[in-house]
Amino acid sequence: MTETLFEKIWNSHIVVERENEPSLVYIDRHLVHEVTSPQAFDGLRVNHRKVRRPDLTVATIDHNVPTTDRSLPMIDETSSTQIKTLEKNCKDFGIKLFGINHPNQGIVHVIGPQLGITLPGSTIVCGDSHTSTQGAFGAFAFGIGTSEVEHTLATQTLWLEKPKTFEILATGKRKNSFAVTSKDIILSIIKKIGTDGGAGHVLEYRGDAISDLSMEQRMTICNMSIEAGSRAGLIAPDEKTFDYLNNRQYTPKNYNDLVDGWKNNLMSDTNSKFDKSFTIDVEKIEPQVSWGTNPAMVSDITGKIPTPEEFGQNNEIQIQSAKKALTYMNLDPETPIVEISIDRVFIGSCTNARLEDLIDAAKIVKGKTVNSNVDAMVVPGSQMVKLEAEKLGLDKIFKDANFEWRESGCSMCLGMNPDILKPGERCASTSNRNFEGRQGSGGQTHLVSPVMAAASAIAGHFVDVREWS
Amino acid sequence: MKPFSKIISIITPFDKANVDTDQIIPKQFLKLITKTGFGKFLFYDWRFDHEGQPKNDFILNNSNYKDSQILITNENFGCGSSREHAVWALKDFGFNVIISPSFADIFYSNCFKNGVLPIILNIDEIKKLLKIKDKIELDLNSQKIIYGDEFINFEIDSHRKIRLLEGLDDIDLTLKENEQIGNFEKNSSIMPIFE
Repeated sequence: MTETLFEKIWNSHIVVERENEPSLVYIDRHLVHEVTSPQAFDGLRVNHRKVRRPDLTVATIDHNVPTTDRSLPMIDETSSTQIKTLEKNCKDFGIKLFGINHPNQGIVHVIGPQLGITLPGSTIVCGDSHTSTQGAFGAFAFGIGTSEVEHTLATQTLWLEKPKTFEILATGKRKNSFAVTSKDIILSIIKKIGTDGGAGHVLEYRGDAISDLSMEQRMTICNMSIEAGSRAGLIAPDEKTFDYLNNRQYTPKNYNDLVDGWKNNLMSDTNSKFDKSFTIDVEKIEPQVSWGTNPAMVSDITGKIPTPEEFGQNNEIQIQSAKKALTYMNLDPETPIVEISIDRVFIGSCTNARLEDLIDAAKIVKGKTVNSNVDAMVVPGSQMVKLEAEKLGLDKIFKDANFEWRESGCSMCLGMNPDILKPGERCASTSNRNFEGRQGSGGQTHLVSPVMAAASAIAGHFVDVREWS
Repeated sequence: MKPFSKIISIITPFDKANVDTDQIIPKQFLKLITKTGFGKFLFYDWRFDHEGQPKNDFILNNSNYKDSQILITNENFGCGSSREHAVWALKDFGFNVIISPSFADIFYSNCFKNGVLPIILNIDEIKKLLKIKDKIELDLNSQKIIYGDEFINFEIDSHRKIRLLEGLDDIDLTLKENEQIGNFEKNSSIMPIFE
């Protein structure tokens, strides 16, 4: 009997399984942040419950931290309260916290892998939908709501209905592996399968075009699984995976033995059956830019904004959605993508703020200056990323080009801190969601790769970044 | 959690697809540390203009629907962020039932944890319901939506149904499996982060 990678992980974490019922699944890693946890801890207090496994739980502060000078007091009192609440909750319940001034602070999905907390074959949850990022290590990693955060804290388990499996097979070789990034691959996939194409399924990304990617590039792919409606996406671990996690701060001491066990086991068996399958040839993929208000509304850089009818293809709901999106985005159909001018650039988020993202963006920026009509900022994904980037001198390259160089956090991906767009501002963003108001009420977001964001910061409009490299 | 009882209410038609949780409750309202008080911020950017005045053409500002407990919407409702605040806001505003052709996975799961019933119906059934201006009756026990002399059956997982009807606490139920959880921990090679 053959099994997919997901089924292997699932089967090895079942605590209780009864016919026609959801299964009780054990959770190996629980990551906690300030926004989705206060009500969960309150629930524990009211019911006099403890955290079952503080040793499998870790917290950080990322969503609403300021990215400016952290020696200054926080201006936003409600954010400050939320942060203090997490500090108190971690203290009261014995949970390790990487707080605002800790060198391990950073976006939760960036620090998990960086610290060796993320492990192949494990189950990982966090009260955040982009937990799917960590599926890049061959883990079943998924976002949960606050009630499930409380449930995990109290029991280290969750009741889950077994998701179906969905194979995403990426074949071929990118024509320009600097300018066509893993962000462009995942945006192209979402464009094809839709924002709910993966609902009820765990995606497994497979094929030579996936193996070819670095761990950080794979994380970008798995990160956006949720934008295709999938709670989780995963990639079978290989030598790159094992190398990445070796010698990290919290990598287990018996790591080499663990790797021996994972090799030849943590992969979908030959001929294993997926409930759904989709194939994409990456050779045909161009740099991508989103034009609408969901991550399936995406165009090739050489393309034009489609008419609602072209986009909707006889589906009245989609046609109406596209009309509404174009009104919100203040864009006309048939506009060439390269003619769209921008006001802001945000290089950051759990999708694209790891070291390689910053290295690639810096290659574009080096020796150039941000267009005078554009405000651009770089927000590293974690303090560790920031430090490594500074060791390479990337901060200087960005600052010399008039980019702002900030402290780490979620920042303008969702604008819970002061980093927001003003109404009507148009932003090239390396984040994951172009929803209405996501980066600030009335703000207009275009999702792009780090190199596209960097090049458009210089040019003041979107450009075919293949011609820059 | 309060047991889910029979609902008699008019329907609020909300004909939008891919409604994401950023719209349901924008991020500036996620900083509260309680579960209550989110209703006044529901769909904030769609309900209010930049001066904070209600927009007349937005359906939730129409007083005819003031007491409605049932929201009917379009496909992929609740996509995006996992924020349970979206369900807290809908519930606090007065919605106990959301009907849609499809829901995003995390939102769907979050509903049940808060006594909100998400019902999946096909487009034709939804179109039928959208024509009804009078109150309809929603009976979870018999899994029926009753309007006039007619009714529509809906599907729901039997365990979720029982938990809603009895208002059971998930954690209480799980703690009954404590022995199994302990056995699992003994027999598996769980690796602590902090040794």
